[in-house]
Amino acid sequence: MAEIDYIAQAKESAIAALVGLALTVPIVGLRTDSSGPDGMTIDVRMLDAVLLAIGIGVGHFMVNLARGLLQQRRRAAKPAIARAANLKSVAYFLGAGALVFGLVLPGLPFADRYVMDVGTLVLTYVMLGWGLNIVVGLAGLLDLGYVAFYAVGAYSYALIASHFGWSFWVCLPLAGAFAAFFGIILGFPVLRLRGDYLAIVTLGFGEIIRVILLNWYDFTGGPDGMSRIPRPDFFGLPFARSSPDGATFHEFFGLEFSSMHRIIFLYYLIFALALLTNVFTLRIRRLPVGRAWEALREDEIACRSLGVNPTNTKLTAFAIGAMFGGFAGAFFATRQGFISPESFTFIESAVILAIVVLGGMGSQIGVVLAAILLIGGTEIFRDLAEYRMLAFGAAMVAIMVWKPRGLLSNREPTVRLGPKPGAGS
Amino acid sequence: MTVLLDLEGVAAYYGAIQALNGIDIQVMEGEIVTLIGANGAGKSTTLMTICGSPQARSGRIMYAGEDITNRPTHQIMRMGISQSPEGRRIFPRMTVLENLQMGAAFGDPAHFDADLEEVFSLFPRLKERIAQRGGTLSGGEQQMLAIGRALMSRPRLLLLDEPSLGIAPMLVRQIFAAIKEINAAKGVTILLVEQNAFHALRLAHRGYVLVNGAIQMSGTGSELLARPEIRAAYLEGGAV
Repeated sequence: MAEIDYIAQAKESAIAALVGLALTVPIVGLRTDSSGPDGMTIDVRMLDAVLLAIGIGVGHFMVNLARGLLQQRRRAAKPAIARAANLKSVAYFLGAGALVFGLVLPGLPFADRYVMDVGTLVLTYVMLGWGLNIVVGLAGLLDLGYVAFYAVGAYSYALIASHFGWSFWVCLPLAGAFAAFFGIILGFPVLRLRGDYLAIVTLGFGEIIRVILLNWYDFTGGPDGMSRIPRPDFFGLPFARSSPDGATFHEFFGLEFSSMHRIIFLYYLIFALALLTNVFTLRIRRLPVGRAWEALREDEIACRSLGVNPTNTKLTAFAIGAMFGGFAGAFFATRQGFISPESFTFIESAVILAIVVLGGMGSQIGVVLAAILLIGGTEIFRDLAEYRMLAFGAAMVAIMVWKPRGLLSNREPTVRLGPKPGAGS
Repeated sequence: MTVLLDLEGVAAYYGAIQALNGIDIQVMEGEIVTLIGANGAGKSTTLMTICGSPQARSGRIMYAGEDITNRPTHQIMRMGISQSPEGRRIFPRMTVLENLQMGAAFGDPAHFDADLEEVFSLFPRLKERIAQRGGTLSGGEQQMLAIGRALMSRPRLLLLDEPSLGIAPMLVRQIFAAIKEINAAKGVTILLVEQNAFHALRLAHRGYVLVNGAIQMSGTGSELLARPEIRAAYLEGGAV
């Protein structure tokens, strides 16, 4: 390995400083001043010129040193396993940081209504991404119609809540159950298909659901959508200025009424739902069924030779992924108060899938990063108007060029025994 | 000795193409039986047909007194039959330990640790590689992993498909020694499909020679090894 030659570098930097001096002396060192009483005088400021030249030399030396060190480090290529461990700790800190940031975000000074809305939107997509990650990332089933389950959840919630007037907390699991049910209905006939074929069928399923919602006017309101969907309350306490029956949220807690209360509540609601999805996924990966999903993604024939029933295993992945999509849909319906088939077009499926793929299939923190980038990014670029989608596309292309397997593509083992990787040979 | 596996007149097809032409094979409890033959003779198909993929179109497959001819694969594989498939088919992105866990997915978790230790004593190399991803192992190590994974379900009958394929000669010897030990020490019955006829016949109690989807010859390992036509067809060249 080549040692860094400090003396040669110092010489080089000294020359740079001399060249700098030649420039700073006329430019900085001599200054004409015409404000005085006796016409133009020349102000000599040699000290400044010399200091600047020394600054140039030192700066030159530092830049060179940094470059040399960087090269040296790159040459001493680390073994892949150490890099993986490194990446793991990076992902860990990112995750912890994101969690804390998400928790305190509503309390931060810049968290106005707009920031909270964007935060809620990003979290909705994080949740959808995590839900789809079960199907695509873990079980390896390419699903292009995930938005169908999102729609089923949203409409289930809207219909149940407005017809029966049940509370959000009753309707939420029902919406999830309906979505899971639809997942099974779709899954049964199509899960013998693989790869591209499965993708096409799920794509079709997504469109069928949308077209039904659009045309079944009596039931779903068709293109008019459904409005006046009940808003969630805080365990029985509504977010309103005043309520005819009982206390409202701000009265109960003795707060000044603010429309922000509901916004912040919704934010924490989706935060909790997304976290639930994440914890569920992390847990189930360690259980036999979760491991079977991953094994199925790797090699279906091997799985069958080990006694795994591929149909049932895929079906559970499909149903559970759909369930979380349904939860997110219910949340979407209660947040918007209005839903229509417009919100459940193919582009939504594509965006959610892009989040999963760009995040690195199967990576939980990768999904968060991709959702922030794609959803938050497009929000930030809203001022660019028609160039927004261009920026979106450019970001996708850039990721695919530099990180073809996703932002964080390292798969985390579910169990570890004996020496940690990197510790042994 | 009782018959553990009994194939009677089994015929199997891939679509319209007949791959097995009514074969009869018997495997006794505690035996090592090998199936040798050229490429495309139907060796792997025989193993796959026992596993129910493809299912036999005619004939009957009896295992431990039960007819398994028309059962789905995943059920057969939970009856004490275990397979190390052709081309190893380990899970490349999962670690060695996770691969072995998949092997034990339908076993009793109570004896998981003991079974794991047994596999590691059989293949110490796997223990060294425990946290490594399957895909980063060498070919021989992957084969050890495939056999280890198949052993994790405590099989009564172990089906091995070409364990020597594409593996360095020294590792082949290790793997065959391990197969012998699995049979001798644990009493696992083994049906071994091999192209490496010399090794396989020396190891096996009995052997069948498969030609174009039909059994052409059978006998004890040493008998078959001694036959001139076997020597000419399968042992010519580097085997000795």
